[in-house]
Amino acid sequence: KMVLAQVVYQGKNDSEDSGLRFATCQLLWKQINSETEKIQEELNKQLFDNLIHFLRQSHSELQTKKTEWMCRMKSSEIPTAALVLGVNVTDHDMTFKSLSEVLQDNVTPYVVSLQAKECPGIKHLLQKLMGQLMDCNVDVDSSEEEECVNISQKKIRCSMASLSKWYESVTKKTDSETPSKKRTSSSRHWQSPPIVVIFKDMESFTTKVLQDFIVISSQHIREFPLVLIFGIATSPMIIHRLLPHSVSSLLCIELFQSLSCKEHLATVIDKLLLTTQFPFKLSEKVLQVLINIFLYHDFSVQNFIKGFQLSIVEHFYSQPLSVLCCQLLEAKKRVNSLSHNQCENIRSLPSFRRYVESQVSEKQIALLTEDSFLKEVTQTLLEDLHIYHENYFTVLRCLHVFTTSLPKYPLGKQIRELHCACLGKSVWETEEYESAIQLLRMLAKDELVAILQKCAEIFISSSGKQFSNTVEKLEEFLARFQNLEETSEVQDVSVSSQKELQKTTDLYHLQKTLLALKESKRSKKLTKFEMLRFEVVDFIDSLVRSYLAPAEMQTLNEVVYFNTANTLREHLNAAPRIALHTALNNPYCYLKNQTLKSDVGCISNTAPDICIVYKLHLECGRLINLVDWLEAFSTVVTAVEGTDPDAVATDQVDEIIHARFIRAVSELELLGFIKPSKQKTDHVARLTWGGC
Amino acid sequence: MSQLELKRNKALEARFVADEDVLKHISDNGGVKVRKDRAQLELNIKRFVKKLENISDDDEAQEILEEQNYVAVLGACAEDSLKNGSSAGGGEIYSFQTPKRSGKMAELASELAQTPGKNVTFESSQYPEKPASTPKSSKKYSASNKAELKSKKNEFVSTTPYRLRKRLTAPSLRSDSESDYSASCSEEEEEDKDHKETSDVILDQKTPSKTRAAPASKKTPAKKLKEEMTSNLVEEYFEAHSSSKVRTSDRTLQKLQKRKLDQQTLLVLLNKAPPAFTAELKELNQQHESLFSKWMLQLHLGFSIVLYGLGSKRDLLEKFRTSLLQDSVHLVVNGFFPSITVRSILNSITEEVLDHMGTFRSPLDQLDLIMKRFKEDSSLELYLLIHNLDSKMLRGDKSQQILAQLASLPNIHLIASIDHINAPLMWDQAKQSLYNWLWYETTTFSPYLEETSYENSLLVQQSGSLALSSLTHVLHSLTPNARGIFRLLARYHLENKDNPSYPGLSFQDFYQRCREAFLVNSELTLRAQLTEFRDHKLIRTKRGTDGVEYLLIPVDNGTLTDFLEKEDEDI
Repeated sequence: KMVLAQVVYQGKNDSEDSGLRFATCQLLWKQINSETEKIQEELNKQLFDNLIHFLRQSHSELQTKKTEWMCRMKSSEIPTAALVLGVNVTDHDMTFKSLSEVLQDNVTPYVVSLQAKECPGIKHLLQKLMGQLMDCNVDVDSSEEEECVNISQKKIRCSMASLSKWYESVTKKTDSETPSKKRTSSSRHWQSPPIVVIFKDMESFTTKVLQDFIVISSQHIREFPLVLIFGIATSPMIIHRLLPHSVSSLLCIELFQSLSCKEHLATVIDKLLLTTQFPFKLSEKVLQVLINIFLYHDFSVQNFIKGFQLSIVEHFYSQPLSVLCCQLLEAKKRVNSLSHNQCENIRSLPSFRRYVESQVSEKQIALLTEDSFLKEVTQTLLEDLHIYHENYFTVLRCLHVFTTSLPKYPLGKQIRELHCACLGKSVWETEEYESAIQLLRMLAKDELVAILQKCAEIFISSSGKQFSNTVEKLEEFLARFQNLEETSEVQDVSVSSQKELQKTTDLYHLQKTLLALKESKRSKKLTKFEMLRFEVVDFIDSLVRSYLAPAEMQTLNEVVYFNTANTLREHLNAAPRIALHTALNNPYCYLKNQTLKSDVGCISNTAPDICIVYKLHLECGRLINLVDWLEAFSTVVTAVEGTDPDAVATDQVDEIIHARFIRAVSELELLGFIKPSKQKTDHVARLTWGGC
Repeated sequence: MSQLELKRNKALEARFVADEDVLKHISDNGGVKVRKDRAQLELNIKRFVKKLENISDDDEAQEILEEQNYVAVLGACAEDSLKNGSSAGGGEIYSFQTPKRSGKMAELASELAQTPGKNVTFESSQYPEKPASTPKSSKKYSASNKAELKSKKNEFVSTTPYRLRKRLTAPSLRSDSESDYSASCSEEEEEDKDHKETSDVILDQKTPSKTRAAPASKKTPAKKLKEEMTSNLVEEYFEAHSSSKVRTSDRTLQKLQKRKLDQQTLLVLLNKAPPAFTAELKELNQQHESLFSKWMLQLHLGFSIVLYGLGSKRDLLEKFRTSLLQDSVHLVVNGFFPSITVRSILNSITEEVLDHMGTFRSPLDQLDLIMKRFKEDSSLELYLLIHNLDSKMLRGDKSQQILAQLASLPNIHLIASIDHINAPLMWDQAKQSLYNWLWYETTTFSPYLEETSYENSLLVQQSGSLALSSLTHVLHSLTPNARGIFRLLARYHLENKDNPSYPGLSFQDFYQRCREAFLVNSELTLRAQLTEFRDHKLIRTKRGTDGVEYLLIPVDNGTLTDFLEKEDEDI
């Protein structure tokens, strides 16, 4: 498979390291994929721990109840966990998959997950349930295999009774096993493990099936421990809407809330994009497209990652220099083995051209003619790029700490927004940054100190050595703030002005005093704190200016940045109707023939038949008379062919035109614009509205 | 006059009308109906609407700006607006429109015909007469003065798109084809005509109030206009859909004395038609073909590929298959084939790819087996090419679910094409994530020859060659008695072909006849036979109003006649 894909790869770009590129791409994706899985796991850990705790509790209750006869007789409540997962349905599968894995590893081998589409009736549900349970049994105990196969072959009647019988036999067997074996199984699983049934999409189940299942199993709850887990996409209310009180009273429901998809995305972005761990980067527009698909379309982290994957593939496929998109050391090695062709590719990069132009002329010549010199320079440039990224992310996080404390978040609340703003253009030239800095100059001391401490932590934890000065500087600031506190001098001016403010009552005077205050502040010598604050803000500003330069300005950024947001959008978020409409309305978009050029809303009469027929049908109401349509069509077509219109005016419409018309109309029918109508003979009905 | 006033108050919108206007109306049209006022109003409103579409007042500009913002937010960068034509906003494409009058198509046709390859601004001199749309002389012509009225009416038909508007200033269009227009429902016809007349009359006399109204509308504040527009659009939509009557001409293809073409002659004729834009089409195709290796790569990485855009994508996929998939296991599904089912797709996978002999209780079981086998054996690999994933047979929810699950397997690579405008609605989030689509726009402009050939288009003579052959095939496998039974029914069916209220042959009647012909000896045997027929779709049963079961043959009479003739020859 791998080989085949490589061949495919080579088919297009030869001598540009396509094989290596493919391998790099695969490796990178593998790393990223495992990273995402790890993230998912970590994020779900809390939830799963809670669930397991719940299971344990309900389980132990059941166990104790077994001994107490009274309780046993009375309660037939099934412990149920309602798991609210949010609307991002596409992500649920992964959550459930890891959930059942975790449960199987830690709690019980008997985990069954059911989907609504597999269970149209209670019979199917039980069948699925039994089937999956039998399979689990095989997994737990391979010696049991034969018997199990026998059972499933016999297709015993799937009923709760047989289920409880099965459970009894299974638990007995494990009890009677050799102690060594028992220990291994009990170390992982609990004594008489519960049967956990997961309803993946509770909302889609038919009410009847759910009700029946719950009622039936509540009858048998005493015979084997059963726990239900409902996966809910909307709100917990749905349980009560789906189940009548008589049924829901049989459940002992506890609610669990999964992590919100927004937090999930934030973590994914933080771990995948805002790091130097992976060499591949997304440009601002691409990231914007992916985030927008997430926010406006599906809230699905899975889809976000899919888009990320697609951009990796696209990047490595279309950019020959992406071969250098790997870890720095490896990339430096690869630079040495670049072909002449690839060197030319480097020279044609816009960012590299900019770089060359900024050099002295001898160096320019050398760069453009000598491959070996170019390779040397490329290595240093790649290193620069790497360092740029290291600094960038650290300073970005630092700036984010500052901006999140501001009212109204001029630079965005999430770090991804800030990231986008910095990636695209020089952030310090934007108005938002301007206002953010203004607001920073008004921060209170406590806040400022807290923020500075956080920043210092960020810088310390960053790997970049070049920030030691910065850390020192920050610590110095912190120390000075500390000193300020000790020598806290009475700020008489402000106090007095405060008093003044309290005195004034009417608006006019207030305004006047405020203005005067402002005036005085401007002229007045600043307090020590204010001066220090200015200093801090200026320092941050200088950091931003030196480290948060837009990525596009970096030399060789094309190697690691995927830039064509357009392709991504086309492939992930296509608009087939618009494409169809454009093709029909304005064929010139696709067929670059001068005769097809036309004004907006008009169509040339030499256009393909289907376009003409489409255009004509737009003029009609709900029903279209085929004869009129045919005549109109032949009018247009004959006019193009230059035949005498009078000749056509006779009843004889050319057969060929007739045939073409038939084809065009059937095509429109296939496309879903019209359908045959029986309302009137020889009429078709329009299925769309408007369209001029 | 007081009566008239009263009438207006009842039936129409309350509106202030100057006395002199009223007087004028009355003196002008004598006893004609007063409904004209309403008609006028409607027309005016429609005009407002139209105008609004053209005038870019502040509000609209603002809206457009907002829309652009949204588009920009979605990352629709400037460079793609050229390629994708995404400049066409949704509103522009599928806005609600006022129902159009029937003459429009012919008019547009003549307009298009007049433009020699390029668009030319129209002048009245360029407008000699409507060429081909004039019907034959045998058609009854309306009185000349009426025709004139109609031409004037055209001036005021506000539903005309603005690009047609300029043309409408051309004097005296001959729109006599309207004379044989009627509603689709005969009982409403009278009223309809009524209405037409009134409107004619109103339009005939340009009452001053009307001419005043038009410019006034321009001055109305934009906001007010907008409100009016939205409410009116809604009203118009429901107005257009509330009544079942639609005015279109009564002409039928039969009157054209044109023989219906069958599929074969159609093909022959189409082959004669000169191909257009071959160079451009080739270029388009080459663009798409350059993507082949990319598709291959992406298929291997677990994506599925869906092709959309105007034009048949069959050849393209075929080419993809022949150039890249020759050495690998692949399955081509012609979704447009009318008898394709998911089951047959699954069957060919299990039988031909997995070499599994055996039957399955349900497609779900079959799917389970396939998924299991493919998961177990990672060396198994299958390319699934589906032409028209959105065809009638495959678009069902269950079919899509099964196909999506197939596509989600890492070693099944799906590449499919869709054509229907609403095809994406087949998939919800869950299915989409199973499919893991990558969309590729492949507009080819090539004709949908194969795809439409199975369709029962209105225009193509349902030659029924397919139906006929299936008829004969099925019947040949039956006993002579069974054939006799069917012949009996067919004869009866043909005897009654001219009877429009023929409900079918009642079961009891049929039984009697069969007994008399010594074809069956009990009701049970006949029932058994009929079940067989029904399974092969040779007959249909229908319950009449009296609860009696009627039998029908859902094959057209021509085919049936052919069939009987053939049968008679055989015997």
